[in-house]
Amino acid sequence: MEEKMLRIALIGNPNSGKSTVFNALTGGNAHVGNWPGVTVEKKEGRFKYKNFNVLVTDLPGTYSLTAYSIDERIARDFIIKEKLDAIVCIADATNLTRNLYLLVLLRELGAKTILDLNMSDLIEGKIRIDIQKIEELLGIPVVMTSATRGIGIEKLKEEIIRAKDFQSEELHIEYGNDIEEEIKKIELGLKDFPFPYSKRFIALKLLEGDPQIIDEVKKVGFEKAIETANLAVVNLESKFGYDLESEIVEIRYGFIESVVKQCVKRIATVEEKLSTSDKIDRVVTNRFLGIPIFAFFMWITFELTFKLGGFFAGYIDTFFGWLGDFIENYLSRVGSSHILLSFMKDGIINGVGTVFIFLPNILILFMFLSFLEDVGYMARVAFVMDKAMHAIGLPGRSFIPMILGFGCNVPAIMSTRTIPEERDRLLTILINPFMSCTARLPVYVLFTSVFFSKNQGLIIFSLYALGIFIAIISAKLFRITIPSLKGKISPLVMELPPYRLPTIKGVLIHTWERSRAFLKKAGTIIFAGVVVIWLLASLPFSQEYASEGTIIGQIGKIIAPILKPAGFPYWQVGVALIFGIIAKEVVIGTLGTLFGGEENLPNVLSKLFTPLSSYSFMVMTLLYIPCIASIATIKRETNWKWTILGVSYSLLIGWILSIVFYQIGRIFGR
Amino acid sequence: MMPLVFGREGEELEIVSIETGKGAASRLQEMGIYPGVKVRVISNSWGPMIIGIGSSRIALGRGLASKVVCKTKY
Repeated sequence: MEEKMLRIALIGNPNSGKSTVFNALTGGNAHVGNWPGVTVEKKEGRFKYKNFNVLVTDLPGTYSLTAYSIDERIARDFIIKEKLDAIVCIADATNLTRNLYLLVLLRELGAKTILDLNMSDLIEGKIRIDIQKIEELLGIPVVMTSATRGIGIEKLKEEIIRAKDFQSEELHIEYGNDIEEEIKKIELGLKDFPFPYSKRFIALKLLEGDPQIIDEVKKVGFEKAIETANLAVVNLESKFGYDLESEIVEIRYGFIESVVKQCVKRIATVEEKLSTSDKIDRVVTNRFLGIPIFAFFMWITFELTFKLGGFFAGYIDTFFGWLGDFIENYLSRVGSSHILLSFMKDGIINGVGTVFIFLPNILILFMFLSFLEDVGYMARVAFVMDKAMHAIGLPGRSFIPMILGFGCNVPAIMSTRTIPEERDRLLTILINPFMSCTARLPVYVLFTSVFFSKNQGLIIFSLYALGIFIAIISAKLFRITIPSLKGKISPLVMELPPYRLPTIKGVLIHTWERSRAFLKKAGTIIFAGVVVIWLLASLPFSQEYASEGTIIGQIGKIIAPILKPAGFPYWQVGVALIFGIIAKEVVIGTLGTLFGGEENLPNVLSKLFTPLSSYSFMVMTLLYIPCIASIATIKRETNWKWTILGVSYSLLIGWILSIVFYQIGRIFGR
Repeated sequence: MMPLVFGREGEELEIVSIETGKGAASRLQEMGIYPGVKVRVISNSWGPMIIGIGSSRIALGRGLASKVVCKTKY
């Protein structure tokens, strides 16, 4: 028999167990997390049922169809713009009223929806829900599931298959004569509006003043309808003295409450004791203990990341060294050209290898962070840090990306997608490269071991602190000077998921999902960057690789005088800094090549640098430019304007600060 | 009637109105903090407060919580 394809989407509030339902349906490898908004990337899976092949898309958690954050926008656009055979709305059965709000919106939109009341095991013996009654009142199929136990999943599949033949009228909630009249007027103005769903929904959204819907309507030239709506808002608000948007939401809730009243029976009085999660929160979010507890977790995380990561990194380094030699031997045996050999060894293996060395660090760091996230702790971090972060001009939610930046700026920048306010998100992205990532550490380690062998730890710590300091100052500066970033810090409103014991599988999958972003960069952007820099370092081919006569050597010579006030006027250093754009740790490898082998490096460096100029060089390495992968990520998450701003700002600040350190240091005569 | 931010830990309150700007108000409502709903103050000592609505827990900045008007049940 021929297989039929169906496309469906899962939508639901954060923490409604959406990811768990997704996994139960597809039997597959999606992440099970409990940080609000964790499903950032679009996640797809398949299942086969009877004669159908069903493609399931897991959408980011959302409370409504108004998009506040990028996540929610992804969810809403997908629902509205894709042609879906069914939408499964997952609702937490223990918190029905709030969860039904999203469902009611979907029904008003007229989307073909199935309601999945999830976590049914948690209400057993406490409340009873009359499924048939809900089906009747809302006009849609309803399924009870407990995805964690796999209960009800077959039934859900059955309903998904059946949904393709079933027609559902949109839900019509009565908003009272005055509002209804205005809705009709607006609908008239939307007559030929190109929209597959209910025009009434658009009219309502215009009355609610949804900025994105207004934009969309404007785009297709229905300004008239917007005018009608604006007039209606003014009329109604002045006549009744209410806020129309709130009024509409309240009427919706009124409808939901009447549904819940008719369908839900309390069997036992639901105990109002503090849950275990609440008790843990008493300690973890405590005024005095909150920050020390967090600092302790971070300390363990970084200790283990660097200890374990360093162990594996050694092996990877050896492996790429061996691979380089092997390919060199092989290519010279088969008599390939000098250029190809250099391309493979100096370009590809060296370039990509140096990036791969950081993979263990990144994997381990993300494993810890995924664990803390899956436990539910990360939401508490934003909570605990909110006040402190406000003092530096950012919301609590910006803290996680900053912490992730210590590992790698790429996933850190990507994690800003859960920040609802766009200007807070942009700020968090712009300052992220100043958080000293693991790639910068080898540079510090080498230079401090040569020049500050007694205070190595302290000096390295000072660089991390400097990075944080610059990030804070820059945030303040951007907030004051750039008009589109001005404005109040968005206040904290977030759901705290209950603490859960994470599964090993879940943590590993989540770790992999995050690291994959980094690896993908290594395969694409970094690779391209490697090729470009190899070319610059090779042309003209008559010159030795990366020597003074090559293009890059010439560029280095141009840069050298610019570096002079910072205390290191050498063309080799200029070249190393250019190479550092691939990844900061490449600075070391380049210096090694240019100064005749990494073994000689300490010797050579101690002649060329003083402790002071070595410090100003480390400051430069910390600040001067985000690596290629970070730049590409900033571009992807913002646009060219912000990317160019971020890059030129950091170039400037790196240059100025290394000069400041060097010149002030000289005054004190060191 | 009093602002939510004055609620004592363990106290049960009913939300009466939300007096913030438009965007914030509808956000709160969508998250389940709407006039008529009963909430419990889970923690309120320092920094953001935590309120419970049914089984869900919502953290709320103090500035925002001071603009949510509520009344005690009795």
